[in-house]
Amino acid sequence: MRAAGVLRGDSIPRSLSRHGRAAGMPLLFLASILATLAIHRDFGAFDVQSLALGALPLAMAATAQAIVVISGGIDLSVGSMIAVANVLSASLMQHASFRQSLALAVLVLVLGAAQGAINGVLIVLSRIPDIVVTLTTGFIWGGVALLILERPGGGAPSGFLDIGAGADLSPFLPNALILLIVAVGVIWLPVRSSRLGLSLYATGSDPVAAFRSGVDPRLARILAYGLGGIFCAIGGVALTMTTGIGAPLAGAYYTLSSVAAVVIGGVSLNGGRGGVLGPILAALLLTLLPMDLIFLNIDPNYGQVIQGTLIVLVVMVGGFAAFLQGRS
Amino acid sequence: MSSDGKLLLRVTGVAKRFGSVIALRSAALELSAGEIHALMGANGAGKSTLVKVITGEFPADAGEIAVAGDVTVFRSPAEARRSGIVSVYQDPALVPDLTIAQNMRLARVPLEAVRGVMGDLGIERLDLSRRAREIDYPHLRLIDLSRALAAKPRILILDEITAALPADLTERVFAVVRDWRRRGHSVIFISHRMAEVAALADRATILRDGVTVGVTSTRDAQKTRDAQKMRDAEEQIVNMMLGAEVAKAAAEPAQRPRHDGARQGPPALEVRDLAYGHALSGVSFRLGAGEILGVAALEGQGQQELFDCIAGIRRAAAGEIRANGRALELRHPADAIRAGLVLVPANRLHALLPQRSVRENVALASFGRLGAWGPIAMGAERKRVESAVERLQIDRRASSEVRRLSGGNQQKVVIARWLAAGFRTLLCFDPTRGIDIGTKRQIYALLREVAAQGASVLLFTSELPEIRLACDRAIVLFAGRISGEMQASEADEARLLRAAHGLTAHERAPEPA
Repeated sequence: MRAAGVLRGDSIPRSLSRHGRAAGMPLLFLASILATLAIHRDFGAFDVQSLALGALPLAMAATAQAIVVISGGIDLSVGSMIAVANVLSASLMQHASFRQSLALAVLVLVLGAAQGAINGVLIVLSRIPDIVVTLTTGFIWGGVALLILERPGGGAPSGFLDIGAGADLSPFLPNALILLIVAVGVIWLPVRSSRLGLSLYATGSDPVAAFRSGVDPRLARILAYGLGGIFCAIGGVALTMTTGIGAPLAGAYYTLSSVAAVVIGGVSLNGGRGGVLGPILAALLLTLLPMDLIFLNIDPNYGQVIQGTLIVLVVMVGGFAAFLQGRS
Repeated sequence: MSSDGKLLLRVTGVAKRFGSVIALRSAALELSAGEIHALMGANGAGKSTLVKVITGEFPADAGEIAVAGDVTVFRSPAEARRSGIVSVYQDPALVPDLTIAQNMRLARVPLEAVRGVMGDLGIERLDLSRRAREIDYPHLRLIDLSRALAAKPRILILDEITAALPADLTERVFAVVRDWRRRGHSVIFISHRMAEVAALADRATILRDGVTVGVTSTRDAQKTRDAQKMRDAEEQIVNMMLGAEVAKAAAEPAQRPRHDGARQGPPALEVRDLAYGHALSGVSFRLGAGEILGVAALEGQGQQELFDCIAGIRRAAAGEIRANGRALELRHPADAIRAGLVLVPANRLHALLPQRSVRENVALASFGRLGAWGPIAMGAERKRVESAVERLQIDRRASSEVRRLSGGNQQKVVIARWLAAGFRTLLCFDPTRGIDIGTKRQIYALLREVAAQGASVLLFTSELPEIRLACDRAIVLFAGRISGEMQASEADEARLLRAAHGLTAHERAPEPA
């Protein structure tokens, strides 16, 4: 959205004020990169790669969460859906060839879309609040992940792992970053620039006005959850690529972290406002921060406290900016 | 104007209920090609609900809608739009977080067409890349109208389009609407303003309590612009709108011995030179014990601030509020309640715990008095609540959750609470907003009863005829000042309206002999 605003020739202050909450995110990200460079002077290509690798699943989870939140929902089954995609891909691909593993990856993405759409359909049909429905389906998918793979294991052909973990696709960027850019660019951007994207924003912003404008808010919500499911599945497959195995309990971290990334990334929890760029940068930040703290030799337990405090501060600053805007 | 009488839309027997609230009982409407058809009715008569049923926002429980002879059921406004029926709703149907251009794209309306209509309305300079959220309400409605017209509907529905518009924009809207009729299309026009209806409409359909009670031609009045014909049409419409019962009651003086205003002792409430920001300045009045003082005002003339100050919700910037001769320092609603000043707000849900029972809601304000320490005295609570519920004839069918009651019954629960807790002065802010006529009368009867027992009532109502029905005396607010004061017997709609527009600020009509 930000890019679109600038392309339309908005003045920079207006663009900034329009995206009050989101505007801080790139600046914050830049600042943390500089801080990282100061802390860790020989921060180089290898570290960029490990950052991208580590952040890839969370970035996907954040994208999934952002799409759902923009459309007026919230998805607490993100972590479980990632876990299902992770253990499913790891167990199916264990003895597969490279070509077969690519086909299996597509299958996992399709299943992910179906998982997400089930959330959407349940919410629309039952009229039970999103948070309740996705919390319960989250439990179910978490159980399914354990049924597929009881303990960490499985695997995938090395060629497939290299798609995510390697650095051979481009001389400048690690594969993980390219994968991230391609996933968002191929799936989200076309949606975002179409009427479908508008209808997602419209549904999140004001479902009645959207309905009167010719949108079917129920369908929009199902599609949003379906898209979220696809990105969760990409996150799960990315987790297989980056860790080499499937781990049924690894997904738990992503649910609340994706909500944090969405909030830091300037998406309004009330729906209708924000984009996916902010949450993705926030995901990178949330991965970078613990790395920095480790470099600083800070006790990981304090690390948690510091990280939480920073999130609160970032959100408060964003809220304060929005408050000032509202007054002017 | 083409008026070949070809029937374009026929609505028969449409009914719609929401929970325990019946919005439409049996609505009918016939719209010919090339006519402007006014849809009229008191607040809560079901006009907006009928529009939403016609345009497929929600389905009717019963009844039939035929477009050009074919019985049709629209499942969404988009379907209605495809059949050439487009409405400009009371609350703009523009998505706040999208730009105007995006909103048009969302509704699949070509931007050039919208720009054309915006030009006709004189708002072509509006920046289409602004978000709907950033645009003020009158302009949003004009944009909504532009979008509706750009879809080239054969039936255009305007739900109180002029309500928030300044006069110059209203004229432009009228010109555009007349032009639409000239091209052979039809318009359903909802407005409370008789003058607008007489100036624009060919016919008028009148709804009362969800039932179509009549259709009348306004074409003569509209074409000849003859003052007498306009008055006749207006008279006819008002009689149908109010119904024989209320029209009769409106003509009769209230059946209660009028308060003489000359009881001894200090007034129950006295306000001196009250000021609050830009909203209020130099407001002074007295309210005697046993008196009902009406407050009349157009939207946003300081009435909300006045009530909030007296109820302790806002702190006045200057001035004095005295109850029974004692000056009050109101820092919090609790201070006002202790002084016997209790508020019945317009939005009933601001005063109620919607998910709790009637009993708890009624007892809420009494808890402090039933037992200062320790557990609530259940027996005492039940007794008090029972007697209040009894007295107000509150509907008991849905007493386990207040939110399931109708609006009128919710309002009664708020009043019952204060009856149970005790008070000296009831501050009623538009207590009958959106309430059916039957319950309205019960509420007014109750206010009279309360006053007869010595308590006093300060009553703001947005419906001017009610001042005469319910009050002893009235003050009128305009731009934060008192612009008129009169006995209820003189408070006919015309006088109130003049004062409410600030026209009689210094001339006081002579007392009738």
